[in-house]
Amino acid sequence: MQLGDENSADSGTLLALSDLVLRFKGHKNDVLDGVSLTVKRGEVVCVVGESGCGKSVTAMALMDLLPAGSATISSGNLDACGLNLDLTSTCLPSEMRGNRIAMIFQEPMSSLNPSFTIGDQIGEAVLRHKGGTRTQALDRAQEMLQRVGIANPEQRLSEYPHQLSGGMRQRVMIAMALANDPEILIADEPTTALDVTIQAQILDLIRDLRDETGMGTIMITHDLGVVAEIADTVAVMYGGQVVEQGAVGEIFNNPQHPYTIGLMSAMPRLDNPVGRLAIVPGTVPTIANMPQGCRFRTRCVFATQACAERPKLSQIAPEHDVACHYAPLEVNVSVAI
Amino acid sequence: MLSFLFRRILIALPTILLISIFVFALQKILPGDPLLVLAGEERDPETLAFLREKYRLNDPIWMQYLAWVGNALQGDLGISLRTNQPVTELMAQKLPVTIQLAVMSMIFALVIGIPAGILSAVKKGTATDYVANIVALSGLSIPNFWLGIMLILLVSVKWQLLPASGYVPLSEDFWLSIKTMLMPSFVLGTALAATLMRHTRSSMLTVLSADYVRTARAKGLVERVVILKHALRNALTPIVTLTALLFGELVAGAVLTEQIFTIPGFGKLVVDAVFNRDYAVVQGIVLVTAVGFIFMNLFADAMYYVLNPRLRGQ
Repeated sequence: MQLGDENSADSGTLLALSDLVLRFKGHKNDVLDGVSLTVKRGEVVCVVGESGCGKSVTAMALMDLLPAGSATISSGNLDACGLNLDLTSTCLPSEMRGNRIAMIFQEPMSSLNPSFTIGDQIGEAVLRHKGGTRTQALDRAQEMLQRVGIANPEQRLSEYPHQLSGGMRQRVMIAMALANDPEILIADEPTTALDVTIQAQILDLIRDLRDETGMGTIMITHDLGVVAEIADTVAVMYGGQVVEQGAVGEIFNNPQHPYTIGLMSAMPRLDNPVGRLAIVPGTVPTIANMPQGCRFRTRCVFATQACAERPKLSQIAPEHDVACHYAPLEVNVSVAI
Repeated sequence: MLSFLFRRILIALPTILLISIFVFALQKILPGDPLLVLAGEERDPETLAFLREKYRLNDPIWMQYLAWVGNALQGDLGISLRTNQPVTELMAQKLPVTIQLAVMSMIFALVIGIPAGILSAVKKGTATDYVANIVALSGLSIPNFWLGIMLILLVSVKWQLLPASGYVPLSEDFWLSIKTMLMPSFVLGTALAATLMRHTRSSMLTVLSADYVRTARAKGLVERVVILKHALRNALTPIVTLTALLFGELVAGAVLTEQIFTIPGFGKLVVDAVFNRDYAVVQGIVLVTAVGFIFMNLFADAMYYVLNPRLRGQ
């Protein structure tokens, strides 16, 4: 796999998104407020956060999949696939989409076109980017179906989506996304709609394919179980900002942002059962009601006057960045709570 | 496929039976005695009795019905009380006219309506969308007869580009036939185009926000392929059904338009027959157009089946 070495200083970095600021038409506040993400070769980056925190929007904006004219980007730079794109004026060219950056979605049941066969839909992605004949594309489709663990791939090629189960459809989506050997896979809650055993299979599949191809993965999820299962690094998002990011062990064992601490203590654990799970008090303010400064301060138990000023995402330990004025905390809160 | 069609035809049979009863009964219930029309001023009791016997009007109703259905099944829809021609012959004369008008109107409707619908859905909220909607709305609200008269006035009288009215069979002079039919089919077609455009637009809007359209974009497909392949294919299903039904309506006759352009089609035939209390003709036409309509419905179902892979599995 060749990579745009000519542009990225660190050849291990596949994708670097920096300072993405995005606003939906008709809103007065930014939905994404300075989001940065980095993905290295072979790395699984999990983006976590509550519904509406902007994790999906970030992925969609990155792929240029938001409905045309629905949002304006006032800042943002994307360094990927050997391209350096100023997102305010350009977007990811369609030659890259489904080719070097691929995406799978949360809804396997409705993400495949009901009117076309599986073979046609996978083959189409191959034909678009790699050219060749229809037969070659179908051969490739069959090979991909085999690779994602679908039995009787040859027969499946001529079947329609409604003839497959949800888990199989998500496998087909993965086969389609990976048909062109992308460097980066963006998976937007790929297992949310599936039952638990299928979830584990799909996660295993993504991990195996990562090991095989060395692709970088951005996994969007709100399921900390999934994060624990698959992540190398984690980015925690709140209110359209990345509030904490770092290696998965750091985030789980040494969370520093009050929001992350809340998330972690709200997670049921088999190794340390508690009678009642902790909650993060309050709800996420709507975009219109987002406070100035630290966006979490209206729900934060540690908030003070200082929080009216926006804290920068800054390094507090190797591979651990936090956006909080009071990080690092003096005590290990994950134990204290 | 065959069993699907077979089932559909089975369902259609009782409908046809009901229609035949209804058509027959309607004639009997309607006021006015056709014999009086037929006998003219004379009203000689002997003549009336003779006519009654001739047209078997003395038989019990159910026997009249059975005789009528039996003959209809053999392709005999009776004889016009007015012209003494067999009804089937009358209809055979008008059918090519009506079919030509219907086909040409439908071509206008499809060629204008569907692209306009797609365009206005894709460009939703832009000037293109508004213009398309205003044009469609005027297409729906402008009465056919007014548009027809205006076209005759401008195109035929003032600019002298096309014949104002009449009908020339295709076999006689192909181009003249097409030219004569151009204005009436445009008038009919634009009204249908408006309906088609509105339906195509809403169907496309639903489909364009579907997850699989997003998937198509995520694959990196160019926008033209996303819209014309992935979206349109799914948006078209209801449109195909609608088109078949609209076509059925066209064949049933476009009374006003035929009147304005003096086209000797089904519409004119049925209106004349009703005014003359020409039993046999009215019955025949209503029965045939109803059956034709049912077959267009069947055709729509069959198309639905072809377009929708989910049905094929059953």
